[in-house]
Amino acid sequence: MSKQIHLAAHFPGVNNTTVWSDPESRSQIDFASFRNLAETAERGTFDFFFLAEGLRLREVKGRIHDLDVVGRPESLTVLSALAAVTTHLGLAATVNSTFNEPYELAKRLATLDHVSGGRAAWNVVTSWDAFTGENFRRGGYLDKADRYVRAEESLRIVRSLWDAWRDDDLVLDQAAGVFAREGAGAFADDGDHFTIRGRFGLPRSPQGHPVVIQAGDSDQGRDFAAAGADVIFSRHGAFEAGQTFYKDVKSRLPRHGRAEDSLKIMPAVTVVVADTDAEALDKAHHIREQQVSGPTAIVLAELLWGRDLSSYDPDGPLPADDPVVGSSVTQGRVGYNDPAPIVAEWRAQAAANGWSLRQTVINQQNRQTFVGSPTTVAEAMNHHVQENAADGFVLVPHLTPGGLDDFVDRVVPLLRERGVFRTEYESTTLRDHLGLRR
Amino acid sequence: MSFLITSIEIDGAGGHPAAWRGSEVDPSAILTGELALRAVQRAEAAGVDLATFADALEAPADVPERVSARLDALGLAARIAPATERIGLVPTITVTHTEPFHVQASVATLDWVSAGRAGWLVDVSSSAEAAAVIGRRSPAVDAETWREARYVVDVSRRLWDSWEDDAIIRDAPSGRFVDRERIHYVDFESPSFAVKGPSIVPRPPQGHPVTALRVSSEDALQAAGDVDLVLLPGASDVEARVAAVRAAGGGRVLLSVSVLLEEDGASGVRRAEGMDHVGGVARLAELIEEWAALGIDGVHLRPASLELDVPVIADALLPLLRERKLVGAARPGSLRSRLGLSRPANRYEGSRR
Ligand SMILES: Cc1cc2nc3c(=O)[nH]c(=O)nc-3n(C[C@H](O)[C@H](O)[C@H](O)COP(=O)(O)O)c2cc1C
Repeated sequence: MSKQIHLAAHFPGVNNTTVWSDPESRSQIDFASFRNLAETAERGTFDFFFLAEGLRLREVKGRIHDLDVVGRPESLTVLSALAAVTTHLGLAATVNSTFNEPYELAKRLATLDHVSGGRAAWNVVTSWDAFTGENFRRGGYLDKADRYVRAEESLRIVRSLWDAWRDDDLVLDQAAGVFAREGAGAFADDGDHFTIRGRFGLPRSPQGHPVVIQAGDSDQGRDFAAAGADVIFSRHGAFEAGQTFYKDVKSRLPRHGRAEDSLKIMPAVTVVVADTDAEALDKAHHIREQQVSGPTAIVLAELLWGRDLSSYDPDGPLPADDPVVGSSVTQGRVGYNDPAPIVAEWRAQAAANGWSLRQTVINQQNRQTFVGSPTTVAEAMNHHVQENAADGFVLVPHLTPGGLDDFVDRVVPLLRERGVFRTEYESTTLRDHLGLRR
Repeated sequence: MSFLITSIEIDGAGGHPAAWRGSEVDPSAILTGELALRAVQRAEAAGVDLATFADALEAPADVPERVSARLDALGLAARIAPATERIGLVPTITVTHTEPFHVQASVATLDWVSAGRAGWLVDVSSSAEAAAVIGRRSPAVDAETWREARYVVDVSRRLWDSWEDDAIIRDAPSGRFVDRERIHYVDFESPSFAVKGPSIVPRPPQGHPVTALRVSSEDALQAAGDVDLVLLPGASDVEARVAAVRAAGGGRVLLSVSVLLEEDGASGVRRAEGMDHVGGVARLAELIEEWAALGIDGVHLRPASLELDVPVIADALLPLLRERKLVGAARPGSLRSRLGLSRPANRYEGSRR
């Protein structure tokens, strides 16, 4: 049988992918928008619905970045509410491991798993920086090198809390008056970052453990994922980069005694569908122009160059300056570790094509992964999965909340026809959708 | 006299330790949230103004015959929000160890998902057990935790104000999604924590979700002046305690009483011990009228059993209170408006740089 594709819906947010100025764009905060997109994903029998997190508003040159969507509700609370209006869809919350305590994480995530009947997932992210830390008690918080030490310890402890009740500790014998076996939930842990003990107040959840997702890209991040995650949310949506990443991460699994299919790789991708390939290309180009306005082009160039470029004309040539490594011109988003070769590539492409700064950003940062007719898109996606560039995809629409309508109505049926995507849910837990063991 | 506010408490299968053993109870429904959902929906249909949800940082005590498990109150309230339309949802949130920034964001989000029906019942964690599950700080004495809780309430309100209501402008011609002049750093400092701000969540529908606390100690009373809603547990000494809350500047005052609404429960496992009121609804309605005369703004009923007592509250007590003109018609709108509280002005409005 062909490999089965896994699909997730990302609620679009604070990146310039989101075209908030489109007349079809609705609220980024109202529950109706979350509900609408989740219902679309469930109609498409997606594996899960995904929410990102940011713990401080982004800044450019010391001021709040105002060109993209700003602000969003808190993930776990939104997903608990979505549990009420969906029945099968997995519910994945991005929650930082640096600015949270394992006991509270375990409690909140286990609650989501209980009230959703086994549909919870935790995307463990590891921002550690002082910029974010200023919103928290300790401020500053961690050295970069410690972020995965704390993340690993957090994950280990959270899992031990989820296991603090054995499956049969919940007795519920009304006649005998035994709610739970005595001693259920006891835990104690002494690690580098935590020394905790007590009793965990939630029995083992429907999935045993909520699904664990990882999204970091560094060597440490990949090891962390290979050691303990169920899903990787990657940024490598392009075919070759996807294959390289896939091979790299899956090859790390045996070292941790894990089977190849115990970790699903799901890159973030965007999809543009239209009646014909030519129409889809036009539409994609139009979307790109909306995503990268002149001011946005400057901000994205500032992130790469690491310096103030406000005096530059986005419709003029690229900045002549060399990039600055490790600058804080933009805060609250992932920067470039080694900008020089990227700047060189941009310059070469701009010179070869006669592109302005804005045109260069539009073309060089194009992350549109699947563009074409429904058939083209379905075949390309299936090709990626069968050829191990991915196990599935996290779809990032450019519109809230109607951005996945076309995909679900026009592409999903073709994937089903090809026998590579489910026609209906076969189970109710996310772990089962993903083919993962309890 | 204005109408009374009515509310109920959701706690496991009910406040009575043996409530989960009744034949009418499916105890597994405690953990799916179904039991709570059913109770809140029944209460809502009867016009009850709000439901509180019990919680604590530490797990319930490990006693075999008692419910020793509990869902996170905020997650449970959020699960119930889309399945209800009018009733206020007020989860207990402990603030001693939890990051204030996360607390305010979650409560603001509950307000968004419930379209303006959220509150939070602020509580502290002064036990050694609570400190040990987090493992970060030593247990503090009650007075200190309440002092800190007041800072948490303060910074939460500031963070809720950190976005002006009209900060999202979606101004396509200038390419600006927000007007950053209408989003503010709070730069809050207290003796034990600091928060830069602004919140990540835009100002919630109610401006400030309803802040409540339970006055069960002198230290908690000191904080009563900072909140919108005060729960006063127990039926004795009502007049003096209400006066003390009023003197402290507290908002609405609800008398919080545990009720068992029939003496010989169908299940045979119910006993009256420790309940504030045991008996029929006629007597309870009389008592409520007496308490109203002593100055309370409403009642917070803690049912012995959700499955047995909430239907009686909904089907018998509320109609009786309405008949006696103690309770009015069910009021629509935000939780604040149900409680007769105005929507707070934003402290940063007009302070644009
Ligand atoms: C596709 C993708 C999505 C991410 N989403 C978030 C997010 O929503 N919130 C967040 O704080 N970090 C997010 N991150 C950041 C990572 O979780 C991680 O903290 C960061 O990449 C630093 O780790 P690294 O050095 O291993 O890459 C994301 C990363 C990737 C690759």
